[in-house]
Amino acid sequence: MDISLHQLLQQFPQQVVNGLVQGSIYALVALGYTMVYGIMGLINFAHGEVVMIGTLVAITVTGLLAAAGMPVGIAGLCGLVISILSCMAIGWSLERVAYRPLRGSPRLTPLITAIGMSIVLQNLAMILWGRNYMTFPPLLPKVNFEFAGAYFTLVQVVIVLLSALMMSGLVLLVYRTKLGMAMRATAQNPEVASLMGVNINRVISAAFVIGSALAAVAGVMVGSYYEVAHYQMGFVLGLKAFTAAVLGGIGNLVGAMVGGILLGLIEALGAGYIGYFTGDFLGSHYQDIFAFAVLIVVLMFKPSGLFGEKTGDRA
Amino acid sequence: MQAKLSAVALSIAAAFALSACGPKEEAPPPVAAPAAPAAKPEVVVKLGHVAPMTGPQAHLGKDNESGAVLAVEELNAQGLEIGGAKVKFQLVSEDDQADPKQGTIVAQKLVDEKVNGVVGHLNSGTTIPASKLYADAGLPQVSPSATNPKYTQQGFKTAFRVMANDVQQGKVLGEFAAKQGVKTVAIIDDRTAYGQGLADEFRKAAEGLGLKVVANEYTTDKATDFKAILTKIKSTKADLVFYGGMDAQGGPMVKQMKELGIKAKFLGGDGVCTPEFMKLGGPAADGQFCSLPGVPLEQLAKGPEFKTKFNTRFGYDIQLYAPNAYDAVMVIADAMKRADSVEPAKYLPEVGKTNLEGVTGKIEFDEFGDLKSGAISLYQYKGGTLSYVETLGGAPAPEAAPAPAEPAAAPAAPAAPAEAKK
Repeated sequence: MDISLHQLLQQFPQQVVNGLVQGSIYALVALGYTMVYGIMGLINFAHGEVVMIGTLVAITVTGLLAAAGMPVGIAGLCGLVISILSCMAIGWSLERVAYRPLRGSPRLTPLITAIGMSIVLQNLAMILWGRNYMTFPPLLPKVNFEFAGAYFTLVQVVIVLLSALMMSGLVLLVYRTKLGMAMRATAQNPEVASLMGVNINRVISAAFVIGSALAAVAGVMVGSYYEVAHYQMGFVLGLKAFTAAVLGGIGNLVGAMVGGILLGLIEALGAGYIGYFTGDFLGSHYQDIFAFAVLIVVLMFKPSGLFGEKTGDRA
Repeated sequence: MQAKLSAVALSIAAAFALSACGPKEEAPPPVAAPAAPAAKPEVVVKLGHVAPMTGPQAHLGKDNESGAVLAVEELNAQGLEIGGAKVKFQLVSEDDQADPKQGTIVAQKLVDEKVNGVVGHLNSGTTIPASKLYADAGLPQVSPSATNPKYTQQGFKTAFRVMANDVQQGKVLGEFAAKQGVKTVAIIDDRTAYGQGLADEFRKAAEGLGLKVVANEYTTDKATDFKAILTKIKSTKADLVFYGGMDAQGGPMVKQMKELGIKAKFLGGDGVCTPEFMKLGGPAADGQFCSLPGVPLEQLAKGPEFKTKFNTRFGYDIQLYAPNAYDAVMVIADAMKRADSVEPAKYLPEVGKTNLEGVTGKIEFDEFGDLKSGAISLYQYKGGTLSYVETLGGAPAPEAAPAPAEPAAAPAAPAAPAEAKK
């Protein structure tokens, strides 16, 4: 295989676009992990499944409305809204049913429950939506752009912009509102916060509901980007987003965003260039290994992640 | 691999979680095997069926299972008598999640359950490791769809398949690419035994015919994003992208090729030759090519009839290997009939001597357990349907013409290669 500098440079802008879009999705999902972890110290492994349910609900609603004669754009919007609402409901009930009764129990118990909930949700979705792959109706017109040799579509632009918007909204919420202050207080010390009049239950519920709403948006994005949905789609996505959250420093909002985008870029550039730089000794199947190697190196030098604060061990 | 590992870990963890959540520590109820209903004057013959019933390939697993169910129901309706007793076939369906580790676990389960024969597995990656367990137990195994050559080359007397293998398929695909005037190819595979095996055979064939392989890229059987590797392929300006893998990845892959402005043609094997591929690929699938072992159902004597039967019974369309799964059951039943025994040890020798006019064509095995007539057909996706292009390689399977009935009166001598129709 001929390696030419031209070839290397030629694909660079495209790989950056690929990574950026993928990374925005990771970031949005990672926020859900990091928010819950920041407040409760719980890794909500069912979060990826909430994303999946968001996508599937949106497909069903959009499909039904579009079949009833509504224009696809408006049907899609309704799909998005209903998917956000259902995910919020799922997030709230998850916390209520699965995690709240276990609050105060050893750390491992809620973790295993989370894994269990993830399997329950997956199988529920399999029963409801079946095993087949579903196609997501194209919500946005197929407009293609070309810039500096990179091709991208309207959907991709919307994904990056919408993610940025949601993330800044969340940061504003956490750092500029009363609820946000209560969240930060609960994160620092739940007991003291409750002594100061913070309703901890409500704060934790809010974190789950907001995280799930973001998950629904991410789900609709993933759906309209790949135009494919399946009851298992949440698993790998959740795993990647969790990795992104750890990379950025789990518990830290900015960390989750940076971690997500970084992971997306590392994956795209890794898959694109690893073969060139190793003389095809390592191929693109080392994409994930490459990403995890970066994670390990980061954790070696900064065990709490890129933006992670040092937190005391909280049980 | 990591994902798979954690999936297993997850299921174990879930088992824990579920039992921990229960109100009391009661004895966990046995998960499976609602033991066969108590004795009637008939013999129950258990046939194991294994395919991924959950996970990204669950739709194909269900398809296989439906094919096998149809066969079992028909056999039971016939009221066969074997060894003087009326037999009732019962399908024991297991889920291997397309995971090699899970594949051996359920294989052991079937062996322990003393099934009389096994139809499966669906994937080469699960079929190969499981075949050792069946061989050790002396249990005949007929895979409807495992195409990796290695499966039948391990020297197991119990391993059979009712589908042409990847050596045959890869070769035909390579020839076809050369015939299309392709000069440079990029090859992607999903790192499964099937995808990698097919891609390797295609690579060999293509290089042998003077084509230049300009990129070797890899993905997984769970991926949805291929933009990074496709971007790299774009920079090599390949004429053709060959994909060794399944429809769930292939569909989105052609779509993303189009989005990236890649003009290269797409070619794939049987794993992408499905309605699902076209659904997922949308307009981008149009005009691309794929291959299927065997001869198109429409051209086979019993093909159209099977299609109707399948649709009326289940209410959905055949995805891919359902006819092969049906035939696999029939091969086992047929061998039992000839041996006049349902004992694996007694009817096993008869499986090798099969001479059956199946739905998928003539079924005769060579000394390895591979099909003697390994014909491969090529198809093009056109406007949402698969349109037949040509059949290459292998001895010809009998064409639709005379349609002989049950008694195996071998129709039409297997003469000229079926370079049929075009």
